[in-house]
Amino acid sequence: MAQFKLPRTSRIKTGHHYPASPQARSVRRFKIYRWNPDVDSNPHLDTFDVDISGCNMVLDVLLKVKDEIDSTFALRRSCREGVCGSCAMNINGENGLACITELSRLKPGDVSIYPLPHMPVVKDLVVDMTHFYAQYASVEPWLQTTSMPGNGERLQSPEDRAKLDGLYECILCACCTTSCPSWWWNGDRFLGPAALLQAYRWLADSRDEATGKRLDGLNDAFKLYRCHAILNGTNVCPKGLNPAKAIAEIKGMILRRSL
Amino acid sequence: MNIAGQPVSPAPLKTALGAGASHTGVHYWWLQRLTAIALIPLSLWFLFFASALVGIDYAGVLALIANPIHALLLICLTICLYWHGAIGLQVITEDYIHSRPLEMMLKVGIRLGAAVGCLACVMAILSVWLGATLHG
Repeated sequence: MAQFKLPRTSRIKTGHHYPASPQARSVRRFKIYRWNPDVDSNPHLDTFDVDISGCNMVLDVLLKVKDEIDSTFALRRSCREGVCGSCAMNINGENGLACITELSRLKPGDVSIYPLPHMPVVKDLVVDMTHFYAQYASVEPWLQTTSMPGNGERLQSPEDRAKLDGLYECILCACCTTSCPSWWWNGDRFLGPAALLQAYRWLADSRDEATGKRLDGLNDAFKLYRCHAILNGTNVCPKGLNPAKAIAEIKGMILRRSL
Repeated sequence: MNIAGQPVSPAPLKTALGAGASHTGVHYWWLQRLTAIALIPLSLWFLFFASALVGIDYAGVLALIANPIHALLLICLTICLYWHGAIGLQVITEDYIHSRPLEMMLKVGIRLGAAVGCLACVMAILSVWLGATLHG
């Protein structure tokens, strides 16, 4: 059955409280999920009262926590401008990239920070992305052809190239896939919005010749049709992409060839 | 186990690929939508039909059902309702039941149950219609 309660060792306990220094000018409270596999049996929620003066984004605050309060705090980050997808996490109950989530746009009050939902946690906010990447690899996200290019290059008209806009920009941050209840419940068999968006990126490519094989591989009650179009993934995509639309396009392609 | 006695798990890609696609996904997805669309006019007609049954006696109800148009629409409604309901239950089973043996048993049970229920309703409608046609 679907799990409606966390396993015993995953239940979150109350953690430490780190008060702000008396000199702090602008204090905001951050409740952050912590789990260290080396010492903790259960995860806990640490409370950090952080002086956010000089911080614009959530990532600024998290790095301040790591640099100035608790250096054992683990998180992934790299580009700090919404391009690499490393700092995907659950902020105030909604998946997003910490580096482009503005503090001023969060609802007033405490800010809760959790790892991406329903992912195996490695430490603190760092999750194991192995299965997510394997599902991406399973849709064979590369150009597949049998014919030889006529003049040394596989040309594409500007109109056909425009069909890939809104698809190729995915940064594989997993915000969409880990916000999808169908993926939480059937992630072993349902590919999830990110992998399906990329599957459609190659189905929509005028140069690709593996359309039939790709559609065969997706025509499955679980791999594709577990999507019930609740649009969680589309709502949280930090790049503004629309995986739900891509999934609907794939369903349309499979239907049109069978009618 | 590998040669050093360490547990070996399958490659992540092997897990992601699973047993491949069943090639049946579109079938149920399309039938669910088709029956849903058919149920809109059929349900509206049934509301109209059911309101006509209010206050009339048993013989009057039988006579209304025995009308060939009414009997045909009732049979269409029954088939669409059972088919749509069975696919809906199947989707719920796939969403929430994560024990494979239980999932497979439930899906077979839902199909058999829906088929028997649907046939019973169709037989009842046909018996009224045929009864009236043969004896009336």
